[in-house]
Amino acid sequence: MPLDSACEIAGAIRAGRTSAADVCRAALDRIATSDPTIGAFLTVAAEPALARAAALDADRDAWPALPLLGVPVALKDNLCTRGLRTTAASRILEHYVPPYDATVVERLTAAGAVVIGKTNCDEFAMGSSTENSAFRVTRNPWAHDRTPGGSSGGSAAAVASGMVPLALGSDTGGSIRQPAALCGVVGVKPTYGRVSRYGLLAFASSLDQIGPFARTVADAALACEVLAGPDARDATCMTAPAEGFRSALTGEIRGVRIGVPRSLLADGVDRDVLAAFDRAIEALAGLGATIADIALPHSAHAIPVYYLICTAEASANLARYDGVRYGFRAPAAALGEMYDRTRDQGFGPEVKRRILLGTYVLSAGYYDAYYLKAQQVRTLIKRDYDAALSSVDLVAMPTSPTPAFRLGERTDDPLQMYLADVFTVAANLTGMPAISVPCGKTGGGLPCGLQLTARPLEEALMFRVADAFEKEVRT
Amino acid sequence: MPADFTRADVERIARLARIELTEHEKDQLTPQLSSFLAYAEQVQQVATSGVPPTSHALAAAGTWRRDEPQPCLPRADALAQAPDADLEHGLFKVPRVLG
Repeated sequence: MPLDSACEIAGAIRAGRTSAADVCRAALDRIATSDPTIGAFLTVAAEPALARAAALDADRDAWPALPLLGVPVALKDNLCTRGLRTTAASRILEHYVPPYDATVVERLTAAGAVVIGKTNCDEFAMGSSTENSAFRVTRNPWAHDRTPGGSSGGSAAAVASGMVPLALGSDTGGSIRQPAALCGVVGVKPTYGRVSRYGLLAFASSLDQIGPFARTVADAALACEVLAGPDARDATCMTAPAEGFRSALTGEIRGVRIGVPRSLLADGVDRDVLAAFDRAIEALAGLGATIADIALPHSAHAIPVYYLICTAEASANLARYDGVRYGFRAPAAALGEMYDRTRDQGFGPEVKRRILLGTYVLSAGYYDAYYLKAQQVRTLIKRDYDAALSSVDLVAMPTSPTPAFRLGERTDDPLQMYLADVFTVAANLTGMPAISVPCGKTGGGLPCGLQLTARPLEEALMFRVADAFEKEVRT
Repeated sequence: MPADFTRADVERIARLARIELTEHEKDQLTPQLSSFLAYAEQVQQVATSGVPPTSHALAAAGTWRRDEPQPCLPRADALAQAPDADLEHGLFKVPRVLG
């Protein structure tokens, strides 16, 4: 079986049963064995990781303050790592080496984690299958002819295949939760603003959030404890202090009210996915939760609203890749040509599609009809959730309407690919925290995910229910 | 509106976005963008009279700090990733701007 959980690894090192160096070597061995097939990593930082693990082993005085002592972690390749190549899976940043660490990287490292490498993703986190990477294919560990989901598919696959117990991703419309569901691991999108985004290569700034992948809810809760909290370098980061999320994992969920938007699940959900979801709801009821039907009428428009907003924001954020200060530059005799050719040759098809769509919806004459209208419907979607969450404590849905789909199945139809996000985008549009926790498998043996969405800053309740559910279905 | 979305629109927005597209890319992008915009028409049907737009979901996200000088990225580090730079004078170098 794969490596132990992050909590167990840190405990075992502290108890002297193993060392950070041994744990690190085991992770590197597993990557060497499995990754030629799975394709989770773009860069493996073997030497720096071994050096860091040896330094941790030598510094016993520091151990008591390190909750992630010696835990190998993988980072989605859109998180800046000082001195370690960071590409966003794009040709335009193929050789980019950041001069600084993202805040989340600093925090993981300060907690004792060992950065093992950088994982594959859809280019600039734009996609739902990791197939938009400029560099390699990532395969679902449960079925190698299928995608791991996306955009953080490399991180999900690295955790699911036991290469690392913990990985970070970014979630703009489901890019942590959907691959977590499709790969059978836990994935968390914290409340918007909970976790600093300094050093995250920006895609859509009103939606982007960083969060963990783990094999247990307890590990994900621990990671969020380490990651959360204010950061003066990110003005969109909340001042709310980090909380001890692990202490919320009491196993007691009696009386928690869980809302299910049944009418949203009536069409377009795979039969086995829906059956797994229904069994999960029964299990939650069996644990003492109260289940209620809720209405989220405007969520039917969540996908077009999300894509109008995220493409608009992406068109502005990606203007910085112009071949002047960093990254790829196409040869050209004059500056204007240089910009135009750099961006044509440097960006892949989906990124160009989104930049162009976003440019269109922001352009004179179309702004009110598309962008402003989408922002107004965003308000209505948020009001629906606020109303529902005044009578229930959590909203439950399947994370993804389908299990992992085949490689190549949706690459020719961008709109079909967008529909993968139908249940996940609302948490980004509303800013609410959400988790995907494994909830059984389809008849064909593919993992399914249960998504729980909570009120802003109520991650503790979300973790408590997910943890109780996880323990119930494991036993 | 999507019915009117043409290859000329693709060319216009590509100029605004500073992306040089090949003829093949224009052939592909015209129906792809048009079909998304047709799909997104459903948003136009939603009644939104008097509804304020949401640009950021949570007002609590967004903090101020004092505007005080602090150490920043050293110039050499900032220039180190440039495709072309004059390290001695601290300059990014680009091709000629004017014809």
